[in-house]
Amino acid sequence: MVLGIIKPEFLLTQVIGTSILNVVFILLTLVKAGYIVQVFMHVKYEKKAMKYALYLPSLILIPYLTFILLTEGSYLFS
Amino acid sequence: MGARYGKLMMWFFLLSDALTFSGFLTAYGLMRFKYESTWPIAENVFTHFPGLEGDQPLLYVALMTFILIMSSVTMVLAVNAGEKMNRGAVTNWMLWTIVGGFIFVGSQAWEWYHFIMGDSGAVETARQEILHVYNAEGERLSFSQIVHGMEEGHASNHGETFTKTEVLSSMKGDASLYLKEPGKAGRAFTHAESVAFLEAGDVVQGANMIHNEYGRKQFANFFFFITGFHGFHVFSGVVINFVIFYNVLLGTYERRGHYRMVEKVGLYWHFVDLVWVFVFTFFYLV
Repeated sequence: MVLGIIKPEFLLTQVIGTSILNVVFILLTLVKAGYIVQVFMHVKYEKKAMKYALYLPSLILIPYLTFILLTEGSYLFS
Repeated sequence: MGARYGKLMMWFFLLSDALTFSGFLTAYGLMRFKYESTWPIAENVFTHFPGLEGDQPLLYVALMTFILIMSSVTMVLAVNAGEKMNRGAVTNWMLWTIVGGFIFVGSQAWEWYHFIMGDSGAVETARQEILHVYNAEGERLSFSQIVHGMEEGHASNHGETFTKTEVLSSMKGDASLYLKEPGKAGRAFTHAESVAFLEAGDVVQGANMIHNEYGRKQFANFFFFITGFHGFHVFSGVVINFVIFYNVLLGTYERRGHYRMVEKVGLYWHFVDLVWVFVFTFFYLV
């Protein structure tokens, strides 16, 4: 949050389509999400079969959806 | 899989709901990057804190996030207390979770109210593009400042409506004012072009189903849709939490011999928090 309010210049350099600051935000969000699922939702302590049943569909489908939408989307109106 | 039927079914429901929200958020990402120059920059939109004057970009949203995560923490404590069959502690922690949830929903409602009521106001061109007013120093001006002058500050009365004629005559009278697109790398226009835009177009204040003053139409549509869907999940979570809380008070789970229902409801509540973390990042930060 602090990084978002005081925006240091060097973090605003563009890399892979957005700024480094945004990449930092997204990475931190994924870390936060990871902790929420593993600890708060107890998945760390579940059996391996259940972990796979939860992670595999989401980790395949969601990045795939994101990839398609952002790629095909960049061809819209161009 | 080593888990009971109820818990597994809750997890499968959460998976499907997660995919739904991912669909919404990726659609949002698509729209946002396509229209980057006219898409509002979140920290210029969400600048207010209830009860405080002035400019506190994203502060209220940060507080909302903190409250929701804390309510998730109290939920974890409730579940742990349930495993130890500690009825008093479960009651206590669930109560705090419900309070946190209520505060979050109320805060979101306030954000909606403020968003709809409007902030600085904008010009809508004949082609339905939104442009914001700037002065020579590159500061964004509100209609209140343009029409009533800079001494009044950002908005002496947020509920005041300004007509096109008022704003147009003030703009014509001050050649240092110009219009600019609201997004990142938005284009700026000269004073003459700006006056022409306003004459052919109209002024916009606040947000509704037709247009909004912050930027591209879809911004408001997505805002209401995604935060509305999420807010609905939070609200239903609060209701379900309350039902379970009531059952804890009645002693239903003591009689049953286990607090597994609290655990299932806890999963739903954490899911709501998880979605919010992603909505917050992609809507407000990126």
